[in-house]
Amino acid sequence: MRCIFVVLNFIFIFSGCASKPTAVEAPPTITVWHWMTDREPAFQKLAKDYQAQSGIKVNFELYAPSDAYSQKIRVAAQGENLPDVFGILGETRDFAAFIKAGHILDLTPYMDAHSGAWRNSLFNKALAVNEFREANSYGVSAGVYGVPLDVTTIQMLYNKDLFIELGLDPEKPPLTFKEFLEIGKKIEQADMQGLVSGWGETWMIDCLVTNYAFNVMGEDKFLATIRGEVLYTDPDWVRVFTIFKEMQESGVLAGGIVTMINKVAEQLFANNKAVFAFNGSWCVNVYKGMNPNLNYAAMLPPKVADEYPIAIWGGAGSSFMVNARSKNKEQAVEFLKWLTAEKQQAYLAEATMNLPANKESLEKIPGILLQFGDDMDLVTHPNTWGVSEFPLVIEAIDRGIQSIIIGEKTPEELAREVQEIKERELAKKR
Amino acid sequence: MKIKPTLENYMFVLPAVLIFAVFYIIPFIWVFQLGLFQWDGISPTRVFVGLGNFKEILFQDKIWWQSMRQAGYITFIALTFQNALAFLLAWACAREIRLKNFYRLIFFIPPVLSEVVVGLVWQWILDGHYGLLNNWLAQLGFANLARNWLSNPETALTTVAIAHSWKGFGWGFLIFLAGLQTIPREYYEAARVDGANAWHCFKSITVPLMIPIAVLVGILTILGTMQAFVLIIAMTEGGPAYHTQVPVLRILASMRGSSRFGYACAQGITFGMILVIISFIQYRFSRQYRRI
Repeated sequence: MRCIFVVLNFIFIFSGCASKPTAVEAPPTITVWHWMTDREPAFQKLAKDYQAQSGIKVNFELYAPSDAYSQKIRVAAQGENLPDVFGILGETRDFAAFIKAGHILDLTPYMDAHSGAWRNSLFNKALAVNEFREANSYGVSAGVYGVPLDVTTIQMLYNKDLFIELGLDPEKPPLTFKEFLEIGKKIEQADMQGLVSGWGETWMIDCLVTNYAFNVMGEDKFLATIRGEVLYTDPDWVRVFTIFKEMQESGVLAGGIVTMINKVAEQLFANNKAVFAFNGSWCVNVYKGMNPNLNYAAMLPPKVADEYPIAIWGGAGSSFMVNARSKNKEQAVEFLKWLTAEKQQAYLAEATMNLPANKESLEKIPGILLQFGDDMDLVTHPNTWGVSEFPLVIEAIDRGIQSIIIGEKTPEELAREVQEIKERELAKKR
Repeated sequence: MKIKPTLENYMFVLPAVLIFAVFYIIPFIWVFQLGLFQWDGISPTRVFVGLGNFKEILFQDKIWWQSMRQAGYITFIALTFQNALAFLLAWACAREIRLKNFYRLIFFIPPVLSEVVVGLVWQWILDGHYGLLNNWLAQLGFANLARNWLSNPETALTTVAIAHSWKGFGWGFLIFLAGLQTIPREYYEAARVDGANAWHCFKSITVPLMIPIAVLVGILTILGTMQAFVLIIAMTEGGPAYHTQVPVLRILASMRGSSRFGYACAQGITFGMILVIISFIQYRFSRQYRRI
């Protein structure tokens, strides 16, 4: 009996080692982790379409809010459990760290295949956000590491109805900073709310600082400051910080803007309670949901100086990356090619009111969204600069601008303080 | 012969020791170890900086100490205003009043609400232009007191502290109420027979017997309030400027905003040690008080 048991055991053990009977391999399932709550229904629909066409199942998994998503991605990266496709919500240095840790596939060969057909179908500025150039300061090998899903630009908006109430021409938004400040006085006299934005979340302050830094000193000097070649105490930087003081003094900023979260800002603007807003192109969808009758238009931030053009933050709104360690990476790349093709992009733009990353789909989007798309030439983004500022310096600028607005610091004091932090960080790096 | 019972005793406490080690001691050591490195949380390599992160926290990071002072201020408001309110309401509900069960339920609603929701509701109440508070002040003839409560550096921290106290007083209320109900009725009856009035009963019976409970509530308030951050994020995001920053927000800023995981770990350890020291002092103080 004992003998039979031992023999049976052997049979069971070695049957496990035997080669499996040949069977048709099931198509893989591509797993995508995303954070875009508003796009979830559209993604699910596209996943079904893709399965019907290719036989490959795409599993979109939503993890929101974005903070939680970000954290999940980091933890998954540490445990090497990233899905086939994912996004990175962070700054360029985070993106670079993921690439250097071997988590992200270099998509350059796929982009350049067939005479660069995939690359050429996408907006250059959107692609640039996912691209690292030769000799970048992050030490990342040159290449394209992400696929833009849509395009975002952050601009100013004005309420046409409130413009009429203020006795202004609704078709003539202010072009110069002087005109903008003049409107501020009218807003204050009419006891209205001026510019609303999520400046409590600080990163939007950073956007506007960059816009005006480009306008006042030009891109080269701006980047030289980041490299540590120009001081923040330079008169041009003091001028940039002074812009916020002037805005506050003119009455063009809404009360409480320094602690305002963007959702509140969006509610105020959508409900005709603020004349101006500083917001991203995603707002078209948000405002539509809050007040479909809102009568508004997009405008560039009014220029302070004429020598250099104003820049606006933008580029890829959301991007997807392919896990370099995934066994389904080829299928994942194919799926992303399909997702960014003209038809799917047009559907996404229509369903989610976001600017498509595919150039050919732009013709099919609604008018107000097109106003955001018109200024793609002026777009800049930290990912495209090749250098990045120390986070502590950025925080000091953003919080310092809040201090200027509440009258706690002067632009000169802020400039000195930021430069001190910059020097401390540079010393640490050395 | 003596080894066996000793071993048996150790075996009984072993599961608890193991759980404590796995979930508290090992993570603590690990976080401390990470605090000795410069690390972005993603890269496979870390740069050893020794106690450099701790040195920076202690001697260079002014914002960290500002956040500690601000957390201390919110804690002070919680210890005084919040706990006094909790005690008074518990004392009122412990007496034979009408609808006392209804009040107990009402007072315990704020602690069970989501902090984010509470923060957003308070933000709406305190809004400078459309907020209820300023509207009420104007209707009552105090329009000159109306202001942007959350974006004014003079009022932001106190406003956040009051909102935090409103959110948190229910816990103290519940513990005080439980404590008050354990005081034997006979003490009060005997005191009344001896001619004591309500104030004498409160001063000579209720207060002394509630001191251990007050110490417990005090410790829980300090630990809970020093670590508060969700409500603050929802109300002010730590602004304006750094006026409502608290230590946990600074740790989050280091970890998420700056990708300085090593520094954030060092901040976490420093903060934890400060809380341990405060709790230890409070414990010693309460022991002395009980002896008196």
